[in-house]
Amino acid sequence: MYEEDKVGNGIKLPGVELEPGEKVFTNCAIGGAVFVHVKDGKITKVRPMIFGDNDTKPWTIKARGHEFTPPKRTSLGNYVCTQKGRIYAENRIHYPMKRVDFSPENRNVQNRGKSGYERITWDEAFDLLESEIKRIHATYGKAAITASTGSHADFGLLQYKMGPFGRFWNMLGYSTLSDNPDSWEGWHWGATHAWGYFWKLGISDNFDMLEEALKHTEMLVMWGVDPNTSAGGYNGQDGCRWRWWCKELGMKMVFIDPWCNYTCATWGDKWLAPYPGTDAAMAEAIAWVWITEDTYDHWFVDNKCYGFDEFKDHILGNEPGGYARTPEWAETKCGVKARDIYALAREWAVKKTMLGTASIYGVSGACRQPYATEWARLMVFLLAMRGLGADGCNTWGGASMAPPMDMSFRFFGYSDVGWDTFGIVANEQAQNTVKQKTYRILLPECVMNDKTEWIGEGFCGMSLEQQITRNVCPLPKEEGGAPIRMIYRQGGSYISTMTDTNRWTRMFHSENLEFAVTSDVHFSSETKFYDLILPICSGFERNDICELGAPGGYGANDMGANFRVIILMMKCIEPLWESKTDYMIYCELAKRLGFEEKFTEGNTIMGWIEKVYNASSMPKYMTFEEFKEKGYFVVPTPNMETFHRAVSNKWYYEDRECDVPDHNNPLIGTPRAKQMGTPTGKIEFKSTFLEEHLPDDQERPLLGQWLQPWEGFGSENAKKYPLSLETPHMRFSYHTHYDNKAPWMDEVPMHRGMKDGYAYWPIRINSVDAAERGIKHGDLVRVYNDRGSVICIAYITERMKPGCCIAYQAGAKYDPLEPGKEGSPDRGGCMNLLSPSRLVSPNAPGMVSNSIDIEIERWDLR
Amino acid sequence: MSKSYGMVIDVARCTGCCNCFFACKDENCNEAHEGYTAAQPMTGQKWIDVKEIERGEFPKVNIRSVPIMCAHCDNPGCLKQAKDGAVYKRDDGIVIIDPVKSKGQKDIVNTCPYRRIYWNDVLEIPQKCDMCAHLLDKGYTMTRCAETCPTGAIEFGDFNDPESEVAKRLKLNPEALMPKFEMGERVLYLNYPKNFIAGSVVYTDEQGREMCCEGAKVTVEGADGTKLELVSDNYGDFWAEGLETNVSFKITVELAGHKTVVKENVKTIKSINLGDIFMEKE
Repeated sequence: MYEEDKVGNGIKLPGVELEPGEKVFTNCAIGGAVFVHVKDGKITKVRPMIFGDNDTKPWTIKARGHEFTPPKRTSLGNYVCTQKGRIYAENRIHYPMKRVDFSPENRNVQNRGKSGYERITWDEAFDLLESEIKRIHATYGKAAITASTGSHADFGLLQYKMGPFGRFWNMLGYSTLSDNPDSWEGWHWGATHAWGYFWKLGISDNFDMLEEALKHTEMLVMWGVDPNTSAGGYNGQDGCRWRWWCKELGMKMVFIDPWCNYTCATWGDKWLAPYPGTDAAMAEAIAWVWITEDTYDHWFVDNKCYGFDEFKDHILGNEPGGYARTPEWAETKCGVKARDIYALAREWAVKKTMLGTASIYGVSGACRQPYATEWARLMVFLLAMRGLGADGCNTWGGASMAPPMDMSFRFFGYSDVGWDTFGIVANEQAQNTVKQKTYRILLPECVMNDKTEWIGEGFCGMSLEQQITRNVCPLPKEEGGAPIRMIYRQGGSYISTMTDTNRWTRMFHSENLEFAVTSDVHFSSETKFYDLILPICSGFERNDICELGAPGGYGANDMGANFRVIILMMKCIEPLWESKTDYMIYCELAKRLGFEEKFTEGNTIMGWIEKVYNASSMPKYMTFEEFKEKGYFVVPTPNMETFHRAVSNKWYYEDRECDVPDHNNPLIGTPRAKQMGTPTGKIEFKSTFLEEHLPDDQERPLLGQWLQPWEGFGSENAKKYPLSLETPHMRFSYHTHYDNKAPWMDEVPMHRGMKDGYAYWPIRINSVDAAERGIKHGDLVRVYNDRGSVICIAYITERMKPGCCIAYQAGAKYDPLEPGKEGSPDRGGCMNLLSPSRLVSPNAPGMVSNSIDIEIERWDLR
Repeated sequence: MSKSYGMVIDVARCTGCCNCFFACKDENCNEAHEGYTAAQPMTGQKWIDVKEIERGEFPKVNIRSVPIMCAHCDNPGCLKQAKDGAVYKRDDGIVIIDPVKSKGQKDIVNTCPYRRIYWNDVLEIPQKCDMCAHLLDKGYTMTRCAETCPTGAIEFGDFNDPESEVAKRLKLNPEALMPKFEMGERVLYLNYPKNFIAGSVVYTDEQGREMCCEGAKVTVEGADGTKLELVSDNYGDFWAEGLETNVSFKITVELAGHKTVVKENVKTIKSINLGDIFMEKE
């Protein structure tokens, strides 16, 4: 029988006198590496990691007469500073629990979301799980179970989302639930057809950008990007200091966003505010200015691009039925004054400019709107017209990525080998034998409907062709298909994070869904819809290893922290209450289902960790025993005099073979090493892939271009619901993982607003729109459309473009006035109750959450 | 020389992330530091708070975020009010409310113009920040708020150590937020926001199109003697920053070959967006 490791002795903290009974451990949360102080078995402090005298010397970038050196410590995402409060939160799940009116004989699915729970023993929980899995396998087949895991809760390599989960379910066989690229849809389904980069899921890699920018760049254009808000994840906030350095050098920062976002409001030099979903029109007008004033890079579009002439004709209105995409035209579509578009285009034409989007820490925003594919393609076109890769002219995600780093040091990321991270070192990597798949944003349909079809796989990182596969759920029986009858949910919540969330309530009330299980740390938005609830411990209650901020896989070497830090994520306290690790639960299930030995290969978690350690570059620097004493290792920084810089996309501009350290680029080492990943090897204004496969698609046309969005400003739908709501990623939480946990989180008025003792979700509206509706600052309002209603607290601000609103995505508290009733107004802040289930476009199966048509009215709690 | 602790907070660097607020809660909520502070209740007290100040009107708007905390004054009102040595000042400058001796002394709460002293109903004591003295005395070199500040907006250190970052910032003449009380604050601020007057200058180009007017000369003259001379940027924008509250200003916009525009009696009851200023040809 597998046994968990005990809490160890922690590390030494030089120069500091600890209290009696106090120990210090190392760990890493989803936004930063930390020291964890524990006294008498209770966590007392969670602090940034402070590096010692013997750790590597920081790098220094010399640029324009200045020297820039980072401090010798990690920085933390703001929510990570609430980690202790999150761990001891009141809504931790303490025990295994079963819905009171659930039994295998009488399931009462109609009561999901309404009924309470009763405590059961772990043995009872495992018995129920085992018998239900066996019953469903026998009755329908393995494909009848789908399982999913939430993103970005507690970090780690082995014990994070793709570890025990992927290994167990792949070994057992189940219907994979494919994730949609929810934070960068437009790039994935659109930009791939402009510049390839399918191996990066549509966004550019970023290497050696910080030094490049500090040396050369004169302007940052942050289009739909708010890095001071969204870039605390994974790496912590090191990028904030880099943006401050940009300010110190006098680099101009221009922001394009309907909301004067936090970075803009604090450090922006110019704010331009299009209506949500209309950004593509503004981009076309910028191209029009460059073409008519002849200020674009002719050599680049003639030699490194395909289809520019057709694009030029389109922009100038020379095509049949065409019209010129002038700034005056764009003003009528996007609401930005024509004169401001001229001014931006002319400035951009003469200044070396980084576009602060198009790589991973610069996504969210405008890439999650109807026809977001077109905006993303147009961003690539604008980059191309400026000479992508010329000195200081590039894409730099949120100005948050790529400090000087030694990428030859080998370590791993959690997604390096797909679903089963243990496969990095296991004798046998788990492979799923079931072919049937479900798709995250269509999960309710996959459960409720007889047949659900969609085009394209979730993450299409292997080829462009993955974008045009035709999928159906269920598959025919002869192909091993089965209707979905059971969901196993490991952490997180789709209610609140996925679009048109009332669909999930309908799904839970469907008789088709015979059994629903969740394993989680806290009661999250949708926890109370499950039949069986299993308590999981937090990432500070188990051992793991990781590299700070390293996702691996498609995000390999996407780095946004000052240093590469390898961390032993130490178990700091024993699992609270009766919680267990996911690994332990799957070990027990594997035992009951007859494959425990295959699952564990005889390893404890610490045994797995040691194998990973030995497979990395770490043993060159210290033994595993030394590492266990020290807890972390800062990878030596590169020699700034001698190391080879490989700035992203510069190789393409200079017509060289790609030299960036991205082992996922399939063209490196082939005769196509000088090319982009499109069929022509060039940046394609007109997509040859779409021309071959989807030539008649009018909603992702061959030539990337503005299309009137089907929701948002100017659409038919907006006549009924005239306000346009965007719901970007949050400032004080990561999806549902930090909101509604630490008690003091609700004391931040920028996060939630207190009214009559209840912490409401803020919606920001302009004073003009508020006055028209008789709404005052701090009033409760009902935000609604045909899909649902959310009760919010109104914040009146001049930072919002009139006609638009913002409420951040994903409150972690679904609190409908009538529990379990579809459509009941929610007080918890699940803004995705209002977003459309319609996809970006028929052949681009992404979700749309940043231009939602709504109305707002004052609301009184009656 | 003995230590002399203090902070200089550069508001220009503060992104409002609230790391300092969370770290302070982490350190003090439900954690007593014997001899220094009693445990802070889980909610209700903000020993450090981040105030978000929104200035201006759409679209000329911005925010400044200001961490506000006990200023560990050299001449503090709380100390004067306290009986039996319930509030004392250490040699290193840190002001401590003794969690035992201060029992029942509710009057101390109202002495602080920064409103950073809280009354604990259960323990019946006034409570506030101890500048992490309980950590400094054990060898820690930074307060929790400064340690976790990602941009270096909060700089903590020894005013007496000329090599320290905080001493370097002292040379930039940081200000106390409430100088009129003459308390001798040890938490000082750089770039604390005042008011601005902003606008956008527009002209008509040869083709009759409205265009942003770059290079217009903007003169801002205040009744208090302030005089700023600005030039509009490529968006036609000008931002006259650092203006005192409740002062009348005269704004003059000049462009060669165009009629001069004058705006009189623009009063800074708050930051102001003058909107578009159209320049007519002479």
